[in-house]
Amino acid sequence: MANVIQNIIDALALGSLYALFALGVALIFGIMRLVNFAHGELIMVGAYTVVLVGDVPFVVKVAATLVVAIAAALLMERVAMRPVRDSSPATLLITSFAVSYLLQNLAITIFGSVPKSGQVSSFLSESFNIGSVSISKLDVATVVVTLALMAGLALFLARTPMGVQMRAAAENFRMARLLGVRANRVIAMAFGISGLLAGISAIFLVAQTGTVSPVVGLSPVLFAFMATVLGGLGSLYGAVIGGFLLGAASVALQALLPLGIRGYRDAFLFGAVLAVLVLRPQGLFVPRTAVARI
Amino acid sequence: MVAKTDERTLEASGIRVQFEGVKAVDGVDLHLGAGEILGLIGPNGAGKTTLVNVLSGFQAPTEGSVTMGDQPVTGWSPQRLARHGLVRTFQAVRLFGRLTVLENVEAGGVAGGLSLRKARRRAAELLEQFGLTDRADLDAASLPLGEERLLGVARAMASGPQILLLDEPAAGLNETEGDELLAALTAIRDRHGCSLLVIEHDMRFMMRLCERMQVLDAGRTISIGTPEHVRTDPAVLTAYLGTGREVRDAEG
Repeated sequence: MANVIQNIIDALALGSLYALFALGVALIFGIMRLVNFAHGELIMVGAYTVVLVGDVPFVVKVAATLVVAIAAALLMERVAMRPVRDSSPATLLITSFAVSYLLQNLAITIFGSVPKSGQVSSFLSESFNIGSVSISKLDVATVVVTLALMAGLALFLARTPMGVQMRAAAENFRMARLLGVRANRVIAMAFGISGLLAGISAIFLVAQTGTVSPVVGLSPVLFAFMATVLGGLGSLYGAVIGGFLLGAASVALQALLPLGIRGYRDAFLFGAVLAVLVLRPQGLFVPRTAVARI
Repeated sequence: MVAKTDERTLEASGIRVQFEGVKAVDGVDLHLGAGEILGLIGPNGAGKTTLVNVLSGFQAPTEGSVTMGDQPVTGWSPQRLARHGLVRTFQAVRLFGRLTVLENVEAGGVAGGLSLRKARRRAAELLEQFGLTDRADLDAASLPLGEERLLGVARAMASGPQILLLDEPAAGLNETEGDELLAALTAIRDRHGCSLLVIEHDMRFMMRLCERMQVLDAGRTISIGTPEHVRTDPAVLTAYLGTGREVRDAEG
């Protein structure tokens, strides 16, 4: 029993992390029809900030990371994405790859390719016991912060003028512009939010692994992409649920696979995602009415 | 107080649009009065859509000028015109499918610069006027064509425009739906006082809706006047049919 509860907590924590990654990608995709592969590098920039600010109070560290990640996202939008915004989706995609490689190599040039170690807060690496189940504070923090962020984002999208305009733009960008939606503001806001999500992802990632390297963003963006495709590209809720499903499947495979092949867990995971997409190419949570549009 | 020309008037003079030697619009003047419902008709290729594209900022004229109230607006972008109070609808309504019916109208309001609270109140009023109140919480993508059209007009009205340009609003509607749209359009003019410029092929619809009609043929104005005047104008009949029969026979 304790094992099962332990696994559920692990699944929730991992799923939260994947959902955070996925939301950042899904948000930009919704509005620009761009799978932003450079989202991983926003996480990387955030992670280096966590490590490099060194021994400052926790709040300062978090604030600095978020500010840097958001600034990096806004800069990315302004410098790289805005000039090609009206080009074909393929151009946008390739631009995002280019930005991704550029930032990775910049990081290698500046910081070297050897991972640097760092810590977010010693508080987060503690754990506490409930009965015979040991729960890490980091896991609890990951789940709570993710859920709070999602609630905040949902409120923002439903209850603020900017949020309503973002949703309209995600449905039909051209029409939204014709009604008066200011494209630059809406897209900058979407990138700003994706920067915020990347910054928070970075904090949890460093807290978990204790290291950062120039390629730290590669795996998150891969999981983010899978989660959004699994949930249905263009659906924010789908991306979140996709993230949690990936987390759950990943933990389940870890627990159930025979020891000898456990090392290939991710291969099984990706295989399962492929199988789902063969059966449901449009993803799991795209409403019927939205399919033709994409 | 300085008397200001009514923002609801639209004045186009000497509009000429040339595409690689072809004169799509060849020196057309158009006057839309405050609170007026003006119909723009003409055979296919007459230049109606090109003219409306010029008026709504989708096409820069080769020559000529457009003035809204006393503000010259020639060459303004559609976005800028929309924020200035001139909104256009399209044949393809392009609703925000995954937003609710209410949210579609609300989005039109905030996009046009209203606060969310004002946009929401106005959206609820418009749904009421368009008979869509009981649809408010449905996804817009689930509406049938007739209601889709009504919602498209409601969304265009959401930011409180002074001038509405409607591009074939009745296309594909059955008679009942057409009547509903007609009533809704007349009602928004009466209630909000905005001016309407309508392009439409359905003559029966136009005869009942418009107070004045302007007929284009081959890029020029060939007739202006009341629906009755236009309907019996020999020049119009010739343009449509090349014979002396009445325009209503040209339907379908």
